[in-house]
Amino acid sequence: MLDTLLPILLFSALALAAIGAVRRVRLWRQGRPSSVPVIKGLMQVPRRYLVDLHHVVERDKYISHTHVATAGGFVLAALLAIVVHGFGLNSTILAWVLLAATISMFIGSLLVAKRRSPPPSRLSKGPWMRLPKSLMAFSIGMFVVTLPTAGILPEGILQSGVGWIAAFVLAAIIVWGLGEMFFGMTWGGPMKHAFAGALHLAFHRRPERFSDGTGGEHRSTGLKALALDDDSAKLGVEKPADFTWNQLLGFDACVQCGRCEAMCPAFAAGQPLNPKKLIQDMVVGMAGGSDAHYYGSPYPGKPVGEHAGTPHGPIVNRAGGALVDAETLWSCTTCRACVEECPMMIEHVDAIVDMRRFLTLEHGNTPNKGAEVLDNLIATDNPGGFDPDSRLHWAADLNLPLMADKREADVLLWLGDGVFDMRNQRTLRAFISVLRAANVDFAVLGTEERDSGDVARRLGDEATFQSLAKRNIRTLSHYRFSRIVTCDPHSFHVLKNEYGELGTPEAPADYHVQHHSTYINELVVAGKLTFKAWKGGSVTYHDPCYLGRYNGEYEAPRDVLRALGIEVKEMVRSGYRSRCCGGGGGAPITDIPGKQRIPDMRMEDVRETGADLVAVGCPQCTAMLEGVVEPRADIKDIAELVADALIIKMPDEKATQSKAAPTVSRTAEEVMP
Amino acid sequence: MPHNAKSTASVGLNVAVLVSIGRHPLTARTRRADQDARAVEMALTLEGASVSLLHAGQQEHEHEEAIRGYLGMGIDTVSLIQQQSQADVVPALANALRTGAPQLVLTGTRAETGEASGVLPYLLAEALGWPIITGLAAVEKVEQGMATVLQALPRGKRRRLRIRLPAIATVDSSAPAARQSAFGPAKRGAFEHLDATSEIDEALAAWQVQPARKRPKRLKIVKSSSARDRFKAAAAKADGGSGQTLSDVTPEQGAEAIFKLLKEEGVLR
Repeated sequence: MLDTLLPILLFSALALAAIGAVRRVRLWRQGRPSSVPVIKGLMQVPRRYLVDLHHVVERDKYISHTHVATAGGFVLAALLAIVVHGFGLNSTILAWVLLAATISMFIGSLLVAKRRSPPPSRLSKGPWMRLPKSLMAFSIGMFVVTLPTAGILPEGILQSGVGWIAAFVLAAIIVWGLGEMFFGMTWGGPMKHAFAGALHLAFHRRPERFSDGTGGEHRSTGLKALALDDDSAKLGVEKPADFTWNQLLGFDACVQCGRCEAMCPAFAAGQPLNPKKLIQDMVVGMAGGSDAHYYGSPYPGKPVGEHAGTPHGPIVNRAGGALVDAETLWSCTTCRACVEECPMMIEHVDAIVDMRRFLTLEHGNTPNKGAEVLDNLIATDNPGGFDPDSRLHWAADLNLPLMADKREADVLLWLGDGVFDMRNQRTLRAFISVLRAANVDFAVLGTEERDSGDVARRLGDEATFQSLAKRNIRTLSHYRFSRIVTCDPHSFHVLKNEYGELGTPEAPADYHVQHHSTYINELVVAGKLTFKAWKGGSVTYHDPCYLGRYNGEYEAPRDVLRALGIEVKEMVRSGYRSRCCGGGGGAPITDIPGKQRIPDMRMEDVRETGADLVAVGCPQCTAMLEGVVEPRADIKDIAELVADALIIKMPDEKATQSKAAPTVSRTAEEVMP
Repeated sequence: MPHNAKSTASVGLNVAVLVSIGRHPLTARTRRADQDARAVEMALTLEGASVSLLHAGQQEHEHEEAIRGYLGMGIDTVSLIQQQSQADVVPALANALRTGAPQLVLTGTRAETGEASGVLPYLLAEALGWPIITGLAAVEKVEQGMATVLQALPRGKRRRLRIRLPAIATVDSSAPAARQSAFGPAKRGAFEHLDATSEIDEALAAWQVQPARKRPKRLKIVKSSSARDRFKAAAAKADGGSGQTLSDVTPEQGAEAIFKLLKEEGVLR
């Protein structure tokens, strides 16, 4: 009986899966067009899966072993089952291999079951709880049904007496297994992640994220520019169908492992954001329906089941009650911890900024101080609304060399908007004394500099970002310099990764940009700086998101600290897992309330190390962490630590000081885009 | 949010808002003028009212960008009465309002560019023969050709007034702040160009215009030992001391009192 039933079951499950696949593809195709190399992408799936994706999964050894056993076993078992049982190829060797595959899969499913008893809070429950049992059903069913083929059990044992009952039970188990593994893969069960995930890897919107075997950095973190010149096009994402189709595909690939949720600073602070739920909401919107069938942690303070949406309905309503509430989107600090952790390589931050773009550019609905900050950026080129001509007032006594006078310099020092902040002015002063001690040929743009556009872009105001960026690019094109150095990782990231797309043939925007910690490290390695011995207490280092996760610079700041004679006491969450200070993505401006503050949590991380001092490398981090009430560790920028330890031996210090100040009074000339 | 403060019963009300080119106080870049934007905001919060925007001036790229700031608040079109740069816009605006026949005209108290004398609403009211109300804080209700409004007085005081429509009302910074101007609608908004003859302002042409000179401010020295006294001094009303309240007087008596005061203060000689 099973000999005839099994091929029918297998092929009908496959046929149903194929129908489901077409249905699923049609759901994704509701999105906006996006051109991808189809064949090339598909060819790269194995490599992207085995190398890049596995690299992320491997951070959790337990689940990586589990997944290798289960998925490897399943793929092999499924292929062989089709050959052996589907086409009836009576090969004992294949049958033995099939048996081995099912055993591997069974062991894997036991490990899955163990992880879920009881499940940690980040994992989704509901249908996901039955997954280990389904995996067992498939592996046991296939194992037993293969025993006769392998010659372990006599052929025909399942066709007589008790065998009939056993065959009946076996058939039921196999139906369950096939239902979950084949049918469920394309019709929306937990196994959907395998189907959508493989295609997501093939058609990922950031193919540069994947390694290609030639080595080198494979990072793609800059936001993609929005075309603003089309007068009729809607700006940003209003409805699920406004995402590109491969973004929708990416959302569908989510395996609900909740690693993003575990890392999200906004979620931990009790703000109404959970990256996993957000992605699931997009899936709900894409298919149409309510979030009532979501079985993971909700957005803090927002019960599940009250939100619903359709592919062509709005994601955010002014009054609330659509797919997502606006404050969910505005809670994000764009720290990218979720993207870094996601084993499916889903781009949460891109999606959030896409939706913010609609809210800001089309609705005019940036919350709290957002509108004011954007107006200031438009009118004064800085978020605080300060007089742009007062940009250099803080450095009146420093005699800073101006690009406008020098025309060329080795280092263009990008000061950033920190020039208006008294705390950051101390950092800048410290860094300038370091540059002078090392005899660096540098110059600043002075009043010609504008905000880099980082905040505007993260708040969704692509228009203001592009206006600022294009004018900055124009200004920079007037001067010759070999590199840009900045103390602000946000400016660093934007100048390095996001200006390039906006450059023109006349004014290309591919700069060699360095964070000051990287540059100081170069100076130290070149032997241009000498330090006193470190006499302070213990020190820990806080990785800024925009330096670390966005640009992969984890080592240079630590090298500098080491060169100062400081042994860094690492926090549990450091390096690529560093917790955000809460200052990115315009989060302090939109200021969505939560149960606690993100910087408080970060200072708690610092306290656990027992360090007396946190070294930082970002004006935002400095401001956020110093805002935490005492008693707490002191906060010092790396530049300040270096400046304090400097032994200045250069006798020509006087010469630079006595250089005549530029007497010509200049008026800043505004270049319009 | 102030946007939720909807006034009721203004269905079918025809509101015209006069908007001008603003100028940022620090960078002098053109923008939507703050008070005019507040006037637009007030018009938009009148539920059911149909809002039309009117600007009289030159058609220039920079001006257009500034006017788009109002369109970004969620308005489809703005009517642009083309005028030469030397023109007096009052006759053109008065004509347009006569033909458009709105029941309520809203505008800022004074412009941020040009003459910025703040007299335009009065001249318009005179030309049209309509009542004018200054410092409008809210429109409470409109029924049977009468509007109940709140007028803002110094130090947060409000006065409830009933005025007969059509009327002109000016808005200052005590009105709710304007909503954010969104880039998309601003870019898509349309201009309706209206032609009108420009009446050259002869008087203005004869004037000599120069940047205002900053005058030194007299320091207020508070001699007091306690912080409480200093705070009281800082928060106290600026009292003129020699004020005089006239009530139940004839217009002539009133005018005479004002004339006398202006002479005393040296405004008139």
